[in-house]
Amino acid sequence: MTDRSQTLGVAYAGQQTSLVFKARALFLKHEWVRGYTLLSPTLLVMICLMCLPLFMLFSYSFWTQNYLDIDKSFTLTNYGAFFQKPIYVALMMKSIRMSLFCTFITLILAYPMAYFIAFKVKSNKLVWLILITVPFWTSYLLRVFAWKVILGFNGVINSGLISMGLLDEPLQFLLYNPTAVVLTLAHAWAAFAILPIYVSLEKIDRALLEAATDLGDTPTERFWRVTWPLSLPGVIAAGLLVFIPTVGDYVTPRLVGGTTGIMIGNIIQSQFGKANNWPMGAALSVISMLLIALLVVTFIVSTTRARAKTS
Amino acid sequence: MTDATASSLTARKAAEDTRGEETPQFVQSKHEGYHWTSEAPMFLYAVWYLAFLYIPVLFLPLFSFNDSIYVAFPLKGFTLEWYGDMVDNPALLRALENSVKVGFTVAVATTFLGLFAAKAMTRYHMPGKGPVTSFIMLPLVVPGIILGIALLVITNQLGMELSLFTIGLAHTLICVPFAMLVLISRLEGFDKNLEEASLDLGEGAIQTFIRVTLPLAWPGILASLLLTFTISFDEFILAFFLAGNEVTLPIYIWSQLRFPSRLPMVLSLGACILVFSFFLVTFAEVMRRRGVGPQGGAAI
Repeated sequence: MTDRSQTLGVAYAGQQTSLVFKARALFLKHEWVRGYTLLSPTLLVMICLMCLPLFMLFSYSFWTQNYLDIDKSFTLTNYGAFFQKPIYVALMMKSIRMSLFCTFITLILAYPMAYFIAFKVKSNKLVWLILITVPFWTSYLLRVFAWKVILGFNGVINSGLISMGLLDEPLQFLLYNPTAVVLTLAHAWAAFAILPIYVSLEKIDRALLEAATDLGDTPTERFWRVTWPLSLPGVIAAGLLVFIPTVGDYVTPRLVGGTTGIMIGNIIQSQFGKANNWPMGAALSVISMLLIALLVVTFIVSTTRARAKTS
Repeated sequence: MTDATASSLTARKAAEDTRGEETPQFVQSKHEGYHWTSEAPMFLYAVWYLAFLYIPVLFLPLFSFNDSIYVAFPLKGFTLEWYGDMVDNPALLRALENSVKVGFTVAVATTFLGLFAAKAMTRYHMPGKGPVTSFIMLPLVVPGIILGIALLVITNQLGMELSLFTIGLAHTLICVPFAMLVLISRLEGFDKNLEEASLDLGEGAIQTFIRVTLPLAWPGILASLLLTFTISFDEFILAFFLAGNEVTLPIYIWSQLRFPSRLPMVLSLGACILVFSFFLVTFAEVMRRRGVGPQGGAAI
């Protein structure tokens, strides 16, 4: 008995050392094995905190809420509800429109600033870059809250104009509408848009610009024929970085949007709060994600095709 | 010796001479696009843009010293009353303590994870590096609300209680990409040969990491710690879904926004947070961009 367990033990140990040996040999032989070993803790954390939860959210969207508990049988009811209730579809479209508008404004405002830092600033680039980035890292909630204070009925703009004697009655149209939401979002995401554009402008070989000038391009022609096409990847990246997160925002619409400015994010949030229908909320978020992904892919494919055609 | 110095001097002089010849031409070609007429509006625009970025936020500190419960002009007078309210508010101090706890833990954890990942990304040839990098960066582009509810749903399914721990997990998810980006640009910024030399001279991989990589990467590590701490400290969207009974500072602020009488106190709290974040982040940015060059690390 003891003999047998001993031999088993030895065999097991032998097998183990050979396994360890094999793993070690693999580790030493292939660089990529070492790389991925080093990367594995981070990857594992990201899989556990992102993939599994998103997968769970996806399965949740096929379940139904039964008062307090969840009915886990597979059903497409939630997706059906989305297409049956016009309010959902309308809100989704409205959110996408508002985000697109906000992205457009952000890009238009950001491009000259990125251009200025990349081409006109000679010595203090670092200072400008830091000045642009710092607000981005500070509290999103407080930045949005600041706009509520500014645009409010008795807020900074109204009271300021009244005390200067330029206005008799407070302006009502400043706060609680889609424009206030777009303005606040554009302000909140400004820094995020500048950096990718700046990087793509900074990468442009200055010799190309001089060549264009030497060959007789005016500064305007040179901009549209050389600088702009070469900076397009940065513009596209910036656009996506602003568009995707703003579609799902619920803080800004809640604080400055009023009833006319609500977006799909507010509806999703309420499903996990007051409305207490988690599966419906899950379905709404899956639909939003799919729609965003569809838009982004269509956009990227069409721009790459357009660029391939022109070049 | 003197010969060498003399020849190097002549070489430098020659270089200067040729530069001197080329300079006017260079300036001339530049001038076509860089008239002061085109320069001045751009500079004005840049100043306007900075004002657009900063002025809205500066109203919070301004009105936090105003002696009135209404946030409106004209200013009524200077007071520190609202700052006093803030200090003897146990709920607020509790939230502050929670935020610091979560932020500190998240900063340390994500900087470790970011450092491992950055080291792997910059020092090894791996197939599929691009897709893996995009995967780790994904939380930057997925809307916060979706990450928040996905984590809420899985916490619920696993039967976990919502607590500071769940907030910490959510913040870890969004801070890892930032930590990795900051550290990648730092590790790319210094000479890999230094590490190879250490290995060649007989140090082990771990010794090399501790004695060569860490000291060189130190500014990036500090920047990553400070930035991830600030992100977690200021984060609201995810924490809103994942908070249990214990709340963090941004959630406390959100809960106070309902009461108009608390508004001045919220303003002074907001002002403190802004000033605090501003200094942390400015310091972090200076650390992170120093010696990395204007392009490196600018991707975020």
